[in-house]
This record gives sequence, structure tokens and C-alpha cells, in this order.
Amino acid sequence: MRSKRLTILSAALIMLLSACGRENSASVIIAGSTSVHPYAELLAEEYYRLPHGMMVDVQGGGSSAGIMQVENGIADIGMSSRSLKENEQHLWQIEIAKDGLAIILHPSNSVDNLTKDQIRGIYAAEITNWSQVGGADKAIHIIAREDGSGTRSAFEELVMAGSRITPRAIIQSSNGAVRQLVSGNPSSIGFISLGMVDEGEKPVKAIAIEGAAATAENVANGSYGLFRSFLFVTKAEPEGSVKEFIDYVLSPDGQRHLLHEGLIGGAAG
Amino acid sequence: MRMKPQTSEKIAKTLIWTAALSVLVVLVAILVYILLKGLPHISWSFLTEIPRSMGREGGIASTIVGTLLVSFVAIIIAVPFGIGTAFYLAEYTRETMVTRFIRFSAESLAAIPSIVYGLFGLSFFVISLHIGLSILAGGLTLAFMILPTIIRTSEEAILAVPQSYRETSFSLGGTKWQTIRKSVLPSAIQGIANGIILSLGRCVAETAAVFLTAGMTLHMATSILAPTRTMAVHFYLLAMEGISMDNAYGTAALLIILVFIINVGANAFVNKAMAKGK
Amino acid sequence: MRKFKENLSGRIFFILALSSISALALITVFIFIKGVPFIAEVGLFNFLFGSSWAPDHGEYGILPMIAGTFIVTFGAALIGIPIALCCAVFLAEIAPAWLRNLFRPAIQLLAGIPSVVYGFWGLVFIVPFIMNHFGGPGVGILAASIILGIMILPTVISISEVSILALPRQYKEGALALGLTHWQTIRSVILPSAKSGIVAAVILGIGRAVGETMAVIMIVGNAPAMPRSILDPVRTLTTNIGLEMNYASGLHEKALFATGIVLFIIIMILNASAQYFTRKRSF
Repeated sequence: MRSKRLTILSAALIMLLSACGRENSASVIIAGSTSVHPYAELLAEEYYRLPHGMMVDVQGGGSSAGIMQVENGIADIGMSSRSLKENEQHLWQIEIAKDGLAIILHPSNSVDNLTKDQIRGIYAAEITNWSQVGGADKAIHIIAREDGSGTRSAFEELVMAGSRITPRAIIQSSNGAVRQLVSGNPSSIGFISLGMVDEGEKPVKAIAIEGAAATAENVANGSYGLFRSFLFVTKAEPEGSVKEFIDYVLSPDGQRHLLHEGLIGGAAG
Repeated sequence: MRMKPQTSEKIAKTLIWTAALSVLVVLVAILVYILLKGLPHISWSFLTEIPRSMGREGGIASTIVGTLLVSFVAIIIAVPFGIGTAFYLAEYTRETMVTRFIRFSAESLAAIPSIVYGLFGLSFFVISLHIGLSILAGGLTLAFMILPTIIRTSEEAILAVPQSYRETSFSLGGTKWQTIRKSVLPSAIQGIANGIILSLGRCVAETAAVFLTAGMTLHMATSILAPTRTMAVHFYLLAMEGISMDNAYGTAALLIILVFIINVGANAFVNKAMAKGK
Repeated sequence: MRKFKENLSGRIFFILALSSISALALITVFIFIKGVPFIAEVGLFNFLFGSSWAPDHGEYGILPMIAGTFIVTFGAALIGIPIALCCAVFLAEIAPAWLRNLFRPAIQLLAGIPSVVYGFWGLVFIVPFIMNHFGGPGVGILAASIILGIMILPTVISISEVSILALPRQYKEGALALGLTHWQTIRSVILPSAKSGIVAAVILGIGRAVGETMAVIMIVGNAPAMPRSILDPVRTLTTNIGLEMNYASGLHEKALFATGIVLFIIIMILNASAQYFTRKRSF
């Protein structure tokens, strides 16, 4: 019994010791925006299939989390769905795509179209009932993202125009979670990445903003005004495997994947 | 209005039976729902393939390995230190203010919310010590989390050993170490093992302390410095984002089965080992 | 050789103990070192009693979260404790042996279910139920209280049961011999005698509810505002940390550690009370 225990212990120790060393994994770590996450994940999968395929680890957590992790050296690339703040300007950034910001409602909601000002009023808790914007007589349940969310920052920049989102808004930590909640609540309203509207098992409805339907085409031609840039952020000018992956994302091949998924082309085209 | 004692007896017993049965109903509702929806999705490929497409397709192999590795690291670190501390406090020190303070601290730290350990782990292990998001960081965080519990349960088990055992050993000329090894340890081992099993169950089911220290990547971990996703974290993400309800249920069912195996199976193993030892 | 082994083993135990205690001290010190400067900078009163939590705008009042924790825990206690006590009495006094052997493992099973599974189950069943039958968005105080009430059952049941079983048999036998019915015995003799143990169980159950994060994050709505009804979404101290620790930096991060200190102190107080009641025995 004793020698058996000893062998198990030593085997475990050997396994642990040989397992040390980041050099073995040789991977790039990307973290940040939950809006960019599915696309980065897709690109990572495609990248791995290439002949020199390298492993890219993708994490969510939100735009601010990704930026913070890049600052701290935990992640190699940060994904952001908002523009960098003043105290983040020292980081290196590149736009990899543009994405529309969709305002979503439950499919059973009779409202199909809202103005930016109405949406602002709803989120500032000035408008509290759907009947005030042409819908049924029901209280509006507002769903928003957490403070560190790039999507939230983009929403605040594009729609709120200085007003604060009410602290009574229900908070969810990712695009998917907001979408989930809206798909189950007929009186709710939420904002998510346009690319996420059709992802998921129960449907949601993306409403038109001031007449313009929420489609990638309308974002490209400018009629749908709510859109933001997806950024890749690094601590310093990227080099080595990090640079190779970013180059891939910006290449026609990488961009093709993104366009196929409903995004609009990034800085490269 | 005074009730006849027989009536109040009936009413009270009815209420109590109702309460007990409703608890059973809730338990069944939760377990049956998850297992019914999840078991059909547990297949060989589910267990051996890694997740693809954010978890929509593929299996959960990398998360199973991640869960096991993180828990393994936590146990391997916390158990020797925890048991050693318990023995030291129980056998090598007298009951003083200091030992009582240590005991109180261990009890309090055992009750601290796991998210606080997660916050500590992220700030200390992942960032300050530059270990990064990894199995090691997650395991260390969990080790710190379960250490107070192991100290407490081990010490209780050791203190429960009758003093007469030790006295007999001493009177026969045994030293302290021999006494511990031959008289105290065999009697206390069951309680100690229970504490370890309990803590292992906690590690496997833990989400808050792990998801920001071990990471969220879907890839199979290649070393303990690599990030990983555990089953609990995977289930949380799948469920909250509605990515794939089928895979979410499958993960949850597997998680419940794993916890069940740990608690029941390990207990049975310990009992059998004890019976054999005696 | 024996002497050497003796010294070595003693020394090893000492080193292990010293390391563990240092580790435990490290956590405490780390949390306080990160949290106290924040409290000093922002002010304890502003922190604990400020009703606006908006770190982006420099506002760090956690009163809504303290209220959230308090109300949700109170609700969980209201729902869970009566049921738990009934179950403890059931196990100790009323259930026939075969049912007892079924019920006790059932409670252990309940304790083993991961908290994310509880949260998910709550999201799938309790939240729509509340939304459709009581109104509101479904996520909020009521949903969290119900799920937490279920989650604390194993803790309260097992410790209460132990306290009841620990009573000397003469108590019960004496009462029955005097002609009291079973229920009268339970009500006037057994429960009062086991009171301290039961109070300790309740306190530990409350501690469990205060510390729960994942299940609550999924169903409580996470709105950092003072609630106006039990159907309102609310945020607790633990979910506040869970939501924001990922991206908090600088003062914001320190604020989360300060929240950790508050939780620390709450748990310490609860634990000290539980220990006090465990030590107090009425027989």
C-alpha cells in the first residue's frame, strides 16, 4: 500500500513538472468583448486549420476586461467593441470590422420602429410604458449590459447622448444573456450586437431606427445610424505569432469570414 | 381558543409531512429535469470531443479534463498543508488563546463567499504573480478556498479520537510520531477523508472562484500554465447565453453525476478501506 | 533513528501549519490592504450609505447592494427556515426508519447540486412563473429568495437534526410519560431544549445565503438600485463583485475589495454568533 501511494504521488509530480512551461502551448490569448468573441472564436478555428495553424485561446469578459488584461499582460490581444478611452490611448489598436448595434424586442411586441430619442427616453426611465411609444399598455422592462461592456459604451455614445441609463435597468453580462432574457419577456427591450440577433434558439426582433431596418446593408450605406468598430488592441506594436494572427484577420481571407457572418469590413477593406 | 391536543397533533404532523414531501418534490423536480434533458446528450463523442463553434457543436472533453486538473491541483496542495496544520494544532500545541484564534479564523475563512476567493485569486495569482489565467492559478485559488475547511474537519476528526488511545500508546513507550501514526491517524482517517471528499465536491462544482482565474478557453489544456474551462463554467456560459441548450443540459447532467460519484463513491471506498484496514 | 524521525515529523508539521496559517493570513491581509485605502479615500459613510453605484462617474455607494443582500437573505430565511425545521423534526422524530434512510441521502443530494444548476433551474422555472403570475420581469428579489431558500435547506436541516438528536432521551421519555402527545413533546420540550443548536443552524444557513453568488447572478436582475417591491431586480454584495471584478481597475477594483471586507465582517459576525450558540447548551 505504501509503495503504491508513493508511485502514484511521484507519477503525479512528474506529470506536473513536465507540464510546466508556457512554451509548450505556444498560443495566443485573446480576451474581451462578448460582441467580438464569437467572431474571434470563428477566426481562431479557421486559423488553426491553416498549414502553420497555431492555437488561439479566446475568452469573453467584456471590452474593458479585455483591455485591462492586455495592460496586465494576461492576454496578448484585447477585443473591444468600443473606442479606447483617454487613459487607454497608449495601447496599439486596429479596427478589424464594423458591427451594427441592434435594439431588440420580443417578437410579440407590436412596436417595430423607434426614434433614437424614444430609446434614450426609455433607457433613462423617462418613458416607462409601451403605450407611450405606440405599443400595448405594459410596463417596459429595460435590460442593459454591465459597466465594462463595450456594447454598453457604444450604446451610451450613440443613443444616450449624455443622459444616464437608469440604475433600475436589469443587467446581464453578455450579448447572449441579454438576448436570452429578451426572447423570454414580451415587455422587455435590450441592445446587442447586430450579428447576434439571429444567434440563439428563441427569436428576437431587431427594430428599425427612424425608419431604417437593422441590416448589415443599411449599416454599410449609412442609413442605419447605430454602429461601432470592433478593435483588436495590444500593449505595444504586435510582433511574432500575435502579429501573424492579426495579419490573418485583416487579410482578404479573414475578412471574408467576417463579412460572411454579417459584419462590415474593417480598416483593411 | 384552545385546541384539543389531538387536533393540534394532527395539524402539526400534517404540516411537517407536507414540508418534508415538498422538499423531496423539489429535489426530484431539479434532478429529474436536468437528468432527463441532459442524459440523452451524453454520448461517447460528447465525452471525447472538444467544443467547437463556441460550444454549439462537439463535446465537452476539454472541460472535463479542465475540471479534473484544476481540482487535482487544488487537492494536492491543500490536503498536505491542511492535514499537517490540523495535526500540529491538535497534537503539538496546548489549548491557548492563539490556537483558539487560529481555529476561529479557519472557521470564518471557511465561510467566506467563494467570489471573494476568486477576487483574491485574480488579483494575486493571475495578475500580481503573473501566473496568468491558468489551471495553476485556478487550482491555487481553490486550494486557498478549501484549506480552512480541510483544517477544520481534520482537526475535529483528530480531536474526536479518545485520549485513551494516545495514553495507551504512550504508556507502551511510543513516541509522539508513532502515537499519531499508529493510534490517532487510523481512527481519525474517516473524518479526515470525509472533509477531503466534501472539498473535492466543492472544487468540481465551483464556478465563481474559477471562471476568472482558470480562464474560459475551449481548447484542451496542454500544461498547468495553460488556461482552461471547467464544466461548471462551461455550463454557466452555455446556459446564460442560450448557445446550445442541449449541450448545457448534457454538461449539467454530467456535472451532477460527477458530484454524485465523488460523494457516494468516495464514501463507500473509504468505508471499504476502513473495514479492510481493521 | 527514532529520535530523528520524531524531530523531523514534529518540524514538518510545524512548517505545514506555519505555511497554512500564513496563507490564511495572506488572504485577509491582501483584502484589507486593497480595500482599506479605498474606504479612506471615499469615506466610510459615502461607501456604506451612498445610494448610487456608478464607478464610471466616480460614485461608489453600496447601500443598494447592502439592501439587496439583506432583503434577499431575509426572504430566503423566511422561505427556507420553517421548511428546514419541519424537515429536521421530521427526520429526528416523525419519519419511519425506511423513509429516514431515503430522506437523509436526499438532503445530501440537494447539498451537492452545483449552484449554477440551481440558478439555471430558477431561470427556467421560477422566473417565468413569477413573470406570468405575479408580474414584473421575473428576475428579482422573489426569484432569488425562493432559490436561496431551497439552497440553504441542507445546511439548516442537518445541523438542526444533529442538535435534536443530541438531546438526552430522558427529556422526550419524561414528557411522554407525563401524558403529553408527541407534538406537545416536540413543541414544549424538544425544540426549546435544542434551541441553541437550531439557532446556530439558522445562522449558518443565513451565512450560506449571504455568500452565494452564481445562482443569484443568474436570477436577481443585478440592478444597482434600491428596490421598491419584491418583484424588482436588485443587486447583492456578492453579485456586485462577480459582475465587475473582471474589468475593474484602480479605484474601482479597490472598491470591490472593500465590498469583500464588508462581506468578511458580516460573515465573521454571523460565525461568532453561531459559535456562541453552539457552545451554549441548555442541558
